[in-house]
Amino acid sequence: MQCQECGKRPATLHYTKIINGEKTEFHLCEVCAKGKGEQMPGVESFSIHNLLSGLLNLDGQFAEDPNARSSVATQGLRCPTCGLTYSQFSKIGRFGCSDCYQAFSDRLDPLFRRVHGHTTHRGKVPERTGGKLRIRREIDELKQEMSRRIENEEFEEAARLRDRIRDLQEKLDS
Amino acid sequence: MSYQRFNQHALSEWMRGKGPRSDIVISSRVRIARNLSGLPFPMLATSSQSAGIVRKVEEALRHQNRPQVMEGAELIRMDDLEDLEKRVLVEKHLISPQLAEESRHGAVVLSRNEAVSIMINEEDHIRIQCLFPGFQPQEAWKMADNLDDWFERHLTYAFSETKGYLTSCPTNAGTGIRASVMVHLPALAMTQQLNRLFPAITQVGLAVRGIYGEGSEALGNLYQVSNQVTLGQQEEEIIQKLAGVVRQMIQHEHGARNRIQESSLTKLEDRIYRSYGILSNARVISSKEAMQRLSDVRLGVDMGLIPDLSAQVMNELMILTQPGFLQTRSKQRLDIEERDIRRAGMIREYLSMKRESE
Repeated sequence: MQCQECGKRPATLHYTKIINGEKTEFHLCEVCAKGKGEQMPGVESFSIHNLLSGLLNLDGQFAEDPNARSSVATQGLRCPTCGLTYSQFSKIGRFGCSDCYQAFSDRLDPLFRRVHGHTTHRGKVPERTGGKLRIRREIDELKQEMSRRIENEEFEEAARLRDRIRDLQEKLDS
Repeated sequence: MSYQRFNQHALSEWMRGKGPRSDIVISSRVRIARNLSGLPFPMLATSSQSAGIVRKVEEALRHQNRPQVMEGAELIRMDDLEDLEKRVLVEKHLISPQLAEESRHGAVVLSRNEAVSIMINEEDHIRIQCLFPGFQPQEAWKMADNLDDWFERHLTYAFSETKGYLTSCPTNAGTGIRASVMVHLPALAMTQQLNRLFPAITQVGLAVRGIYGEGSEALGNLYQVSNQVTLGQQEEEIIQKLAGVVRQMIQHEHGARNRIQESSLTKLEDRIYRSYGILSNARVISSKEAMQRLSDVRLGVDMGLIPDLSAQVMNELMILTQPGFLQTRSKQRLDIEERDIRRAGMIREYLSMKRESE
């Protein structure tokens, strides 16, 4: 059967729409079906989560290789807090709770690298509860600033920075 | 009920408001995803845990010194709304279809001017969204950042030093930020330059998608550009990159408009006035055709060809002619044909009212 829209390509998608009892049949090729976008049943399901689980299921390829690490270890991974298993996570593409990040941590960095190109957070830190991390970040920044000053032979300023770093370090250790 | 208030003035401030570069940029939006520490994400939360999250946000909002924009804000529970009422909130971009249809104990906090909407129990416990008219991604981020700081004083977030703010979906982890800008690109579409522009945008890690409609054929030539990466970059970097790319798009669109005006003004005028004529006179119009005609008319307004209309015509009508709005306005459910008739009527009425008032 030819596609009823373009009349050129073979129809691969057949469906019936019923609106207020009025039946309409559609026979479309893939190209024209995509064009219809919105009204298409099933198109919505091709979501980010499906794509994501595609990325996660890369394990499947390796499982067939007898030399690759057994996927049993992965199958058995389970978040102790919410009970979500790694294989459930890889199907739905969502974590069950914040502890899943820790429970699956060994497996997550390749995923984060594929999705974000990075594995470590560099953005905002909560003001009230992110205390230590904020201090550590500040120390890192001050250290960089200090080495710049030393290179420029601005020793007085460098010494001032060194003292601030020491203060912050004490605050961190306390 | 509070919902009435929001429906009375059907249009949010961002639809009326004149933001910078509003000849091309319709709106700028920033949303950040946050979860509360020690509770499962909404997908696995029990009913009482989900209800508890709504209560916690409600209590937080009662604290002193809340950001000024939240004065008079109201919390609306999805369970208290009719389907049609939810649909209108979706059409105004204040809540997501997911919150409207799938959430358990879903709720939204709306600021008076509707620039801020905070979704509760959507995919994440809290999603703070700030929506500004025109090209203001920085301003939207600043407001979201402020609200986030303020919430954090009263709520403890799920946060990890290496993975940042922990979100239900790994595509949001880290900053939890999704910044997007809605642009109207009729001239680039007419001159078929979008298929060269979009791959370049995708390459720098941003996503482009049509609004209202799928694939390359966006209805009304409206596109949304947004960041994809949320982990490993700072929020400011993400916003700046997005803003930089959108600035380029604005330039290209201006260039294309100028070239069309120089090379084929009469043809362009013909197209614009035909669309104006159809919108002013049609008795039946589909949403697809309405969006395309509105895009033409909007371009005509921007180029000074239709002096008796303001640029808001498209922003307002594209919302007012959505199915939820049409049905709410006529106070009944309508099938597709009836909606097409009401839509045509609504547009005629709107245009004649605007012509008289100018």
